[in-house]
Amino acid sequence: MTGLLALLAQSGEPIAPVVEQFVTPSIDVSMILPNLVLMLGGILLLTLVSVLKGRVPSWLFPVWTISTAVAAICTVVPLWQRFGETGPETGMGGSVGLDGFSLFATIEICLAVIFGALLLSDYLRRERLESPEWYVLVLLSASGAVTMVSADDLIVLFVGLEILSVAVYVLSAMHRRRLSSQEAGLKYFVLGAFSSAFLLYGIALTYGATGSTNLADIQEYLSVNLIAQNALLLGGLALMLVGFGFKIAAVPFHTWAPDVYEGSPTPVTAYMAAAVKVAAFGALLRVFVVALGPSYQQEWQPAIAALAVLSLIVGALGAIAQSNVKRMLAYSSINHAGFILLGVLAASAAGTEAALFYLLAYTFMAAGSFAVVMVVSRTGEHHQSLDDYRGLGTVRPGLALIFTVLLLSQAGVPLTVGFIAKFYVVTAAVESGFGWVAVVAMLTAVISAFMYLRIVATMYFGDAPEGAVRLRIPAATGVALGLALAGVLLLGIVPGPVTNMAHAAVAQLVAVGR
Amino acid sequence: MIAGAQTAQAWLIPAMILVPFVGAGVLALLPARRTDLFRPVALLVSVAAGVLAIYLLTQFQASDPGFQFEVDQPWIKDLGISLTFGVDGISLFLVVLTGVIFPIALLGSKPHHDPKPYYTWLLVLMGASMGVFCALDLVLFFVFFELVLVPMYFLIGLWGYGERVYAATKFFLYTMFGSALMLVGLVATAVLHQRGVGGQLTFNLVDIAANPGFSTNAGRLIFASFAIAFAIKVPLVPLHTWLPDAHTQAPTAGSVILAAVMLKLGTYGFLRFGLYLFPEAAVWAKPVLMTLAVLGITYGAIAATMQTDLKRLVAYSSVAHLGFIVLGIFSLTVVGIEGGILVMVNHGITTGALFLLVGMIYERRHTREIADLAGLQKSAPILAAVFTIVMLASVGLPGLNGFPGELLALLGAFQTSRVWGVIAVTGVILAALYMLWAYQRTFHGRATGANATMPDMRLPEMLVMAPLVALIVFLGLFPGVMIDRMEPSVKALMAHVDEQVDSFQQTTYTFVGPAEARSGEGGGEHGGSDHGGGEQGAGGEQGGEQGAGGEQDGRQQDGGGR
Repeated sequence: MTGLLALLAQSGEPIAPVVEQFVTPSIDVSMILPNLVLMLGGILLLTLVSVLKGRVPSWLFPVWTISTAVAAICTVVPLWQRFGETGPETGMGGSVGLDGFSLFATIEICLAVIFGALLLSDYLRRERLESPEWYVLVLLSASGAVTMVSADDLIVLFVGLEILSVAVYVLSAMHRRRLSSQEAGLKYFVLGAFSSAFLLYGIALTYGATGSTNLADIQEYLSVNLIAQNALLLGGLALMLVGFGFKIAAVPFHTWAPDVYEGSPTPVTAYMAAAVKVAAFGALLRVFVVALGPSYQQEWQPAIAALAVLSLIVGALGAIAQSNVKRMLAYSSINHAGFILLGVLAASAAGTEAALFYLLAYTFMAAGSFAVVMVVSRTGEHHQSLDDYRGLGTVRPGLALIFTVLLLSQAGVPLTVGFIAKFYVVTAAVESGFGWVAVVAMLTAVISAFMYLRIVATMYFGDAPEGAVRLRIPAATGVALGLALAGVLLLGIVPGPVTNMAHAAVAQLVAVGR
Repeated sequence: MIAGAQTAQAWLIPAMILVPFVGAGVLALLPARRTDLFRPVALLVSVAAGVLAIYLLTQFQASDPGFQFEVDQPWIKDLGISLTFGVDGISLFLVVLTGVIFPIALLGSKPHHDPKPYYTWLLVLMGASMGVFCALDLVLFFVFFELVLVPMYFLIGLWGYGERVYAATKFFLYTMFGSALMLVGLVATAVLHQRGVGGQLTFNLVDIAANPGFSTNAGRLIFASFAIAFAIKVPLVPLHTWLPDAHTQAPTAGSVILAAVMLKLGTYGFLRFGLYLFPEAAVWAKPVLMTLAVLGITYGAIAATMQTDLKRLVAYSSVAHLGFIVLGIFSLTVVGIEGGILVMVNHGITTGALFLLVGMIYERRHTREIADLAGLQKSAPILAAVFTIVMLASVGLPGLNGFPGELLALLGAFQTSRVWGVIAVTGVILAALYMLWAYQRTFHGRATGANATMPDMRLPEMLVMAPLVALIVFLGLFPGVMIDRMEPSVKALMAHVDEQVDSFQQTTYTFVGPAEARSGEGGGEHGGSDHGGGEQGAGGEQGGEQGAGGEQDGRQQDGGGR
């Protein structure tokens, strides 16, 4: 009552400029160091090649990109220690979070950058498209992705999404001479713009309902207040879900994915499959599980369950109908998205951990698999059909073996990371009482396994066609394949250290100290 | 019962599992041009693992019902998954069988191309098979259970016959379908256990079985998810269609191992992860599973009679034999389960031997069609003689190894569900029909053309068959050697079921102990196998009378289930 009186008394007076109320947020640069490294790396590379026109050797671009990603990972290490000692923090006026979750996701994004750069270097030489812009865009988009996974504010999250998306739209259309690449870029751009609009509208509605775009504030507001008329918030939730659903390619927002995955230059597909998924899932987990989880999980869980089940089924069934291997992998990525959604659905620390681990596993599996596709498709990317893999087991036994391991891992065969990842999400889902979704998921895994086995059978059990070309595996691609194989097997056999890390990497929101 | 009891020979099981895996790694790293090295290295590794398995047998304490040679190391701490291994009387002989049959299968057949990956996959398969029988952690068991699929898929797909790709894919997908459900089931087991009991999430079989902590309904549902996986693997009848294809198309070594080791994963699973983990649900599901078992016995036998392909005939006979195992296990009596385990091991030996013999015939004649073969007895008398012994063992002739197991399984069935026992006996008669008829058509009659000039067994082949024939005779005469070692564990298992399930009253038997069984064998040894069989048969009748009470019990369960 007194407060109201004071307010009335105040309103009578002329409004004094409230300069002292605006507090400049303290900027702790070290908190966003990985992000800065990535972004500055991109900008520096761009500046460098503009200044030294044509005098920069093309081998420097991938080396630069990989070094930048490695440097970013190195900056994560002290931050991880700091997080371990002092717990989660929020900075930049509560817009950026520093917690195990954001750091773990950052490492995953950097890994995707490394894989992308390794594959790009060989691909661009083969296609005679060498230019630094590819790498600049990869680094900038990675910076956007890192922004997304560490955002503590919906606006920051949206900015990150745009940085990521615009760069990836361009990347997918960068193959000048291939019409399908242009088509992919345009499709991705038009549909992506729509989805961004949905997301933005959802953010606006959420802001309207809760009075803040800050995730910690939203969480606190919802835990304290019971909203009687929650149509506004539910609308916001639904629209944000559409936006995220598009980015993670969850059914029914998946229609762009097969075309874009198929049309984009293969290294871009590899990078995109991993990095965009990590970023979008990271944001989804932060917003839905962490900010809206405790008080609103009853409302969004059915929707996520529906998305998960649809993605699982459509992804698996869609894949077996394909005859183009790249397209098969695109559909299988939809199936994988369904599995990761199980972790989101669990709405628990275990679920978040499971989703993070799955994303790491998927980074290795997707990067490796698309690397094989890149090698087999040869110059111009005309050889992507299943028939082109016939007899690979005899022509290129090593490559076929690596692809087999990667495919078996995607199918979830034990002693590969795919099994542990699937096990993790299934455990999380069962713990949260979604056993039936887990059953659906595992049954679709069998359907997908049919498709993976079809590829394996084609490679090994079919005779190589007359005059089969002995494919050349360039050095950098070989390194990428080796990394993917090592990751898939090591994480499958001794997952302990990484699961312990993922266990600590749970997103937490810290309110801004005011 | 568990934890801390790290016996002196804790290294034994890990070594037994690792030796084949390491061997496979070594083989894979050998240069491709040293084709002369692959076979000796593979043989050496498999023999080494086999020797370890036999050493395990000698070190096994027969009177101890618990797990021996235990190992317990954390694997994924975060999820409570550990590397827990151990062997008890139930798994002991399956481990030994794995150790014995692999070297024989390796010795008994050669790949027609690509020896290096062939031997590598076989060794991987051996390691995984060893692991699956020793694993005492649900996830670890699942890991090995799934892992065996991969080498077998490649063995069938790369070195098989005609429809190999179809058969391999079907085999892989069928099993994977079952294990998909099982994975969710085992996760649910651990989660519900944790919820009911508290503490850390654990997948340790012994811990969960000792104090399950989940409700009856949950237990039944989870049991169903396990049962489907095992029923596919066994295979029980409506889910068996992958087996004839896989068996027929697989290369000889693949068929031998498939029959001897891999089918047993299902029946072993039923014992270890069905009955032990979900006693209540197992008692509840008993009528269904016994029905399916009897269906398998009769259907398998009838289907085998109809076959025109010798290998397919043996494959269908497996369906029938595996039905006996399930019948014995789900009679839920000590005799029945012992019979089931005996059949598991002995079917492995006889059917393995049969597949080797069929493989030899195929190598010589390039056909397995019974119609194309005739009068082989004349051209290959030794082959015919060995075939006769093995076939008679498979039929269940007293004095050979097929007999005691089937007898005990039937005894168990008689005690608790006499009707099923009676129907199952027809399977024994049909077995004689299809086997003898097949033998007659193949080996008797007038040999013409290529049949007349078919070369006989060579010395190396005889050496391969010799241990199997020796085992067939030895285990037929002295089944007590095995029964003595498995009985404490089986009794402990049934006591566990008795204790956990209120409505279940164990059907005790007093008429045939191992000691008497041995005296019966004594008779057999002196050439009076009829005498021994008769004595045991009389016991069977007694058991039947006693079993009336048990049958009533069974009916009550049935009613409760509905």
